[in-house]
Amino acid sequence: MKGSIIILAFFAAGLFAGIYNFLPDFMLENDYSLYALYLLMFLVGIGIGSNKKSIDVIKAVNFKIILVPISVIVGTYIGVSIFSLIQNELSFIDSIAVGSGFGYYSLSSVLITELSGEQLGVIALLSNILREIITLLFTPVFAKYFGKLAPISSGGATSMDTTLPIITKYIGADYAIISVFSGIVLTILIPFLIAFIL
Amino acid sequence: MITVLVLMTAGIAIGWILHHKEKFIKISNELTNWAIYLLLFLLGLSVGTNDKIINNFDQIGIQAIVITLFAVAGSVLVSWLTYIVFFKKNER
Repeated sequence: MKGSIIILAFFAAGLFAGIYNFLPDFMLENDYSLYALYLLMFLVGIGIGSNKKSIDVIKAVNFKIILVPISVIVGTYIGVSIFSLIQNELSFIDSIAVGSGFGYYSLSSVLITELSGEQLGVIALLSNILREIITLLFTPVFAKYFGKLAPISSGGATSMDTTLPIITKYIGADYAIISVFSGIVLTILIPFLIAFIL
Repeated sequence: MITVLVLMTAGIAIGWILHHKEKFIKISNELTNWAIYLLLFLLGLSVGTNDKIINNFDQIGIQAIVITLFAVAGSVLVSWLTYIVFFKKNER
């Protein structure tokens, strides 16, 4: 939660600097974001590779546990496909791309901006921040009525870190490894899925 | 886009090899945060200078909310089914 507030603050600072023209023109003419994105992706990779939980996670792999991230992907895509049918502003492809953020708002918004443009990037940012917030707020409800996988599923990629504490509190520590596994798998897949879709 | 995927894969390999170097991991985590802040600032900047987005911000916000509700509902329902079929029976 604190993380997403800081992120939104930086986004808002950029927004106002843009609207009120605070910055000299040369900063707007050059596009540094691609190089920053390259750096970010390399660092995200290091973060995944050096994650101490990843060894436990690999040991835990079996048929059933793989079904969890698959359910998240299939369910999310069914949901956003229905969304794309009931309105005309966002196309099917755009809707799937936004859904493919799975709560990882920083990475997905930047990738989608690079591949599709700022408008869809902003939608991805807001939507995926909201996915994390919904998970933080509604995990008790999801766990009670929709089974122990529901909070993991709602959390998407965030179920490995930011939403993990609240998830394990409501579904039990024995499901923590499934939560981390699902989050890591989705985190790795997100750039590939977005690149493939757009 | 290939560059992005190659860089991430290279990062995973390097992170895996150096996962016991605490200081290296700490620095790379810190850098990750600042790279994210920079990118989101730049995203804000390009949105702020884009009148089309600024003028439609309320509509964009509503789209973001509705699509998220569908995404979460879909994933919760499918994982509920997965839970009932594959996980629940082993608990008793």
